[in-house]
Amino acid sequence: MADVNRGNRPLSPHLSIYRPQLTSITSILTRITGNALLLAALLIVWWFLAASTSEAYFAVADAVITSWFGDLVMFLSLWALWYHTLAGIRHLIWDNAKMLELGAATKLGWIAIWGSVLLTVLTVVVI
Amino acid sequence: MVQLTLPKNSRITTGKTWPKPSGATNLRAFKIYRWNPDDEANPRVDTYFIDMDKCGPMVLDALIKIKNEIDPTLTFRRSCREGICGSCAMNIDGINTLACIYGLDEIKGDVKIYPLPHMPVVKDLIPDLTHFYAQHASVMPWLETKTNRPAKEWKQSIEDRKKLDGVYECVMCACCSTSCPSYWWNGDRYLGPAALLHAYRWIVDSRDEATGERLDQLEDPFKLYRCHTIMNCTKTCPKGLNPAKSIAEIKKMMLERTV
Repeated sequence: MADVNRGNRPLSPHLSIYRPQLTSITSILTRITGNALLLAALLIVWWFLAASTSEAYFAVADAVITSWFGDLVMFLSLWALWYHTLAGIRHLIWDNAKMLELGAATKLGWIAIWGSVLLTVLTVVVI
Repeated sequence: MVQLTLPKNSRITTGKTWPKPSGATNLRAFKIYRWNPDDEANPRVDTYFIDMDKCGPMVLDALIKIKNEIDPTLTFRRSCREGICGSCAMNIDGINTLACIYGLDEIKGDVKIYPLPHMPVVKDLIPDLTHFYAQHASVMPWLETKTNRPAKEWKQSIEDRKKLDGVYECVMCACCSTSCPSYWWNGDRYLGPAALLHAYRWIVDSRDEATGERLDQLEDPFKLYRCHTIMNCTKTCPKGLNPAKSIAEIKKMMLERTV
C-alpha cells in the first residue's frame, strides 16, 4: 500500500447523477418554501412600514405588492405557506417514528404536494 | 459543507467508445465511470456495447463480461454475487444498489454506472470506504455488558429478539450513506444512515447494557441530528431495510429520556 496514490483522488459525482426521489424532492421543497416565506414575510413587513411612513411611500409599496408581479409572488407564497405547513405536520408524524415505511412516506409526500395545491386554490376561491 | 459542483480534478470528461461486438443483433450500451490513479487525467465515462443474447441477467454479469471480453482494466469490487457480501455496491441508473442483485431488465435505455456518490475514488468503480468503516466502528458495534458473564449464553426472549429483525440484516454495502445528501455535505461529522442503523441495532438489543452510553455518544448536533428524514437511504437500501426509521427511533429515545 506504500506507493498508492491517495493525493489526487477524485470525488465521485453525486447530485448530478443521483435520480431525484419523491421523498428527497419534498424534503428540499420544505427548506426552499421555508426560506422563501421568510422573504415574503419581510415584503409584507415592508408594506406595513411604508404605510406608517408616508402616504406617498405607501403608494409606491402598495403599487409593487398589488401589481401582477406582486400578486404572483403572494400567490406562490400562499402555496409555499400551505406546503410548508403540511410538510411540517409530516415531520411531526415522523418525529414520533410513525409512517416512515416507504409506502406511507411516499403517500405523505403526495399529500403534501396535492394537498397544498388544493388548499391554495380553495384559499384563493374563498378570498 | 454544501458544494454542489465537483472539484476540478473530479469533473467528468467524455471517454472512449469501445468497438461493438461483431455479429450481435441485441446490443446494449453501458456507460461506465473510469478513473485511473496512474495517469494524470480526469475521470471519464467510457461506452461499451454488449450482446445481450450472450449476457447473464444481472448488472454484475454485464460488468464481468466487459472485464473478461472487452476491457480487462475495468476495475470493480465483487464477491458473493448474491447480495450478502455488499462488495459490488455502486450507482446504477441513478440509484445506489448492488450490481449482483439488480436486474438489467429493471433499467430503461443505456446502463449508466458510477461509483457510490460523493466518495474519494480509488479506481474506476471502487470508492475509498475507510472513513465509512471508521464511523461504523465508532458506534461500538458489539455487545457491551456489565453484569457477570452467564454460565451459558446471554439469553433473550422471543419478543426482544424480534426487535432486531430489520436491523441486523445490514451488510454494510454503504448504498444508504452515500445516497444521503446530508452525508454528502457533512459526511465528515454526520455518522450517516448505515452507522446509525448499526448504533440502533445495539441500542435496542435487550442483552446490551450500555444503552445510556450509546445515546450519550450520539447526543451531538452532527453525529445524529444531521438526519433530516430525506429518506434516500430507505429508498435505495438493496436489502429492503429502513435506516430512516431506526434513526427516528433513536431521536425519539433521546427525547424520551429527557422528559
